[in-house]
Amino acid sequence: MQRFAALLDSLLLTPSRNEKLELISGLLRETPDPDRGWALAALTGAVDFPAIKAGTVRSLMADRVDPILWTLSRDFVGDTAETASLLWPEPENGSLEPPPTLGEVVAAMSQATRSNAPLVLAGLLDRLDTPGRYALIKFATGALRIGISARLAKVAFAQAFAVSVDKVEEYWHGLEPPYADLFAWATGTAPPPRTDLLPLFRPFMLAHPLENEAISLADYVAEWKWDGIRVQLVHVGGETRVYSRGGDEISASFPEIAGALHIPAVLDGELLVRGAAQGGEAGGAASFNALQQRLGRKTVSKAMLADAPAFVRLYDVLMLSGDDLREQPWSERRARLEALMPQLDPARFDLSQTIAAQDMEALAEIRAGARDAAIEGIMLKHRQSPYVAGRRAGLWYKWKRAPLLIDCVLMYAQRGSGKRSSFYSDFTFGCWNGDPDAGAELLPVGKAYFGFTDEELRFLDRHVRQHTVAKYGPVRETDRSLVFEVAFDSVHLSKRHKSGMAMRFPRIHRIRQDKPPHEADRLETLRALVT
Amino acid sequence: MAGCFTWIKAEPMGIRIVPANAWIDPARPVEHALVTHGHADHARGGHGRTVATSETLAIMAVRYGVADGAVTARYHEPIAIGGGVTATFLPAGHVLGSAQILLQHADERVIVTGDYKRSPDPTCPPFAVTPCDLFITEATFGLPVFRHPPISTEIAKLLTAREANPNRCVLVGAYALGKAQRIIAELRAAGWDQPIYLHGAMEAMCRLYQTLGVPLGNLRSVAGVPKSALAGAIVICPPSALNDRWSRRLPDPLTAMASGWMRVRQRVRQRGVELPLVISDHADWDELTTTIAEVNPGETWITHGREDALLRWCELHQRKARALALTGYEDEDD
Repeated sequence: MQRFAALLDSLLLTPSRNEKLELISGLLRETPDPDRGWALAALTGAVDFPAIKAGTVRSLMADRVDPILWTLSRDFVGDTAETASLLWPEPENGSLEPPPTLGEVVAAMSQATRSNAPLVLAGLLDRLDTPGRYALIKFATGALRIGISARLAKVAFAQAFAVSVDKVEEYWHGLEPPYADLFAWATGTAPPPRTDLLPLFRPFMLAHPLENEAISLADYVAEWKWDGIRVQLVHVGGETRVYSRGGDEISASFPEIAGALHIPAVLDGELLVRGAAQGGEAGGAASFNALQQRLGRKTVSKAMLADAPAFVRLYDVLMLSGDDLREQPWSERRARLEALMPQLDPARFDLSQTIAAQDMEALAEIRAGARDAAIEGIMLKHRQSPYVAGRRAGLWYKWKRAPLLIDCVLMYAQRGSGKRSSFYSDFTFGCWNGDPDAGAELLPVGKAYFGFTDEELRFLDRHVRQHTVAKYGPVRETDRSLVFEVAFDSVHLSKRHKSGMAMRFPRIHRIRQDKPPHEADRLETLRALVT
Repeated sequence: MAGCFTWIKAEPMGIRIVPANAWIDPARPVEHALVTHGHADHARGGHGRTVATSETLAIMAVRYGVADGAVTARYHEPIAIGGGVTATFLPAGHVLGSAQILLQHADERVIVTGDYKRSPDPTCPPFAVTPCDLFITEATFGLPVFRHPPISTEIAKLLTAREANPNRCVLVGAYALGKAQRIIAELRAAGWDQPIYLHGAMEAMCRLYQTLGVPLGNLRSVAGVPKSALAGAIVICPPSALNDRWSRRLPDPLTAMASGWMRVRQRVRQRGVELPLVISDHADWDELTTTIAEVNPGETWITHGREDALLRWCELHQRKARALALTGYEDEDD
């Protein structure tokens, strides 16, 4: 427990991703089973003790601390678990028993009932110091909230034992904490866990951005890159699961999709919703914005299913009727996918069409002409490519639509964190709401913290310090004398911003020291690009 | 011992001693001031007459220049300040020269603590528990979540972190008056005999401490020292310099912050430091409540800080108490 507690505190104070990985993998390597498995479960959000609720902790404290002192303390500290860990009365003469291990905690908690849970928790708290109590409460209530994603924890696991993270992802979904089989495989003492009969996620094949590679359309096939959510559909044993890019299951958010596949298969495609902004083609896809309304919902209303029905535009097939097709060339898999289409519900599934073009030049022209909101660019896939996890050189390329550009004026800057903690590196910029020479104002349209070189960052930092007109905590307001050329993928209407618009993926493309601020773009220019 | 204390007034700019027409730690220049200690929010320049310990007067002279009308108070020696009031300065254990002020008038004894702490500090004499009728106490860390650990464990953390990172330097953010010197003295007590490097803003106060007889060992200015020579070194700077451009001259500094607020994770995160050190020159919750119990006054007034919780504690322990609304005291970097 203390090692886990020390890990939580270190993770909180470590801004660097690499150091976080090192901290987690250190614990996974050096802690015995089953404690390390439980630590991994906690980091990936897989711990749940039904008998322990946030209210259990509050009622435990109500018996020990005056309610007014509790409220004042809780308000100041801002976190119930931390407040309780600080206020917990240490047992007189210290604890009689040594601190519990995570395994002991799990054994005690999982046997606890709703009525004796407070007593069990109190007994464990008595055996720990302040950081240990904090970690125990976080662990027991299942809500760490320390900014560690499940993915990061899995990468740390792979790093700890020098195994492939794709394999970890693949086995992950079939296993339960404390993952004894996974540790046994990773440490080389057992064969890999069996996965073929389980509705498991298989890591996606990804593409490299196309840069200067010479590509012949004789070897590569072109296909639209759709702007939705990449999903994997897995149907095994009568059950269908929908997985997102990171391997998270999102079946509950899209029941109409999960309910529409009845063939044992693993399919790769783009999840889209039907809508009006479809570039003329009937039954096409709405913009990404429309899809976002559906994301992250645990339950979906009937109205939502009717207004924004989802469908999947299929790219690939990984498994079909028990055959693993991942080693087959793309052309073979494509043929199997095309043959499969008539068996699928056309309301829920269509096929991502390939683009016919004479050569790359012709393709470039087609790409330049595509302003469909749901098109992000073009994919180029080698006709012989197997389906492999991650990005592999020479197999798949993405050729994104050229970014949109707009000239904005720097308005506010904020210090970064980690390596950039002494630099002003987060920039908020705006466009004019009319004619700047006739008294128009700048309204913020976006915020960006990358796109510049280290040298440009030093210039920007100096500029901000020399041109500050006001300070608000960590934020500085500048004199609005510097123009940025901002690149972004698309812009949407948004009620959350004063300008009424929100950009997707904005970055500082160029610093335009040559351009006077009153020549920066106006909101109407940006509004014309809204999709 | 009437217990009405009409001759003491708590006003927004400080505590006024009516018959003597004098103020304690006033927020603005006045004719006649009694100053508990040298921190800027308590000791301001420009008073007509300033009564303080010789150390506090020396600290004020470094900050504001030598003042006219300075009157030296010695610990435990009563001074008549006019209007039939005597003032006795008593050690408060907060920083060098810090004092509680015992006021006596019309058979009533009133203590104004200023800032104080009870845990040991090699740079100043310990808090003297003294009986009184009215106890006017600070409450900077007046919440039960604040329990400062022994400073030895925090110093050990600092030294361990230094040893684990031989190619970096440990940069400790600490208040320039009191905290910085206490940490240096505790590092010396823990056996750290290497030179300790100082940010420019620390130097004058450290020299003054040494002049006043507090041994701090070998101190050096960080200015002009090459980066490579600072690997493995301990550098002390004001908290504001921790994440500032100034620190770019140091070899990959491991940032530490010494403050009682470091007990709370969100405060640590806001600071953005890697190594929080829970070191405070103020009384923590246990010290505040124990001190009230030991002094056992007829009535307690609570000045600056988180007075709500301490007030509640007094209520729970059947002690007469009230909170005062004073302005101008800061708790940012304690």
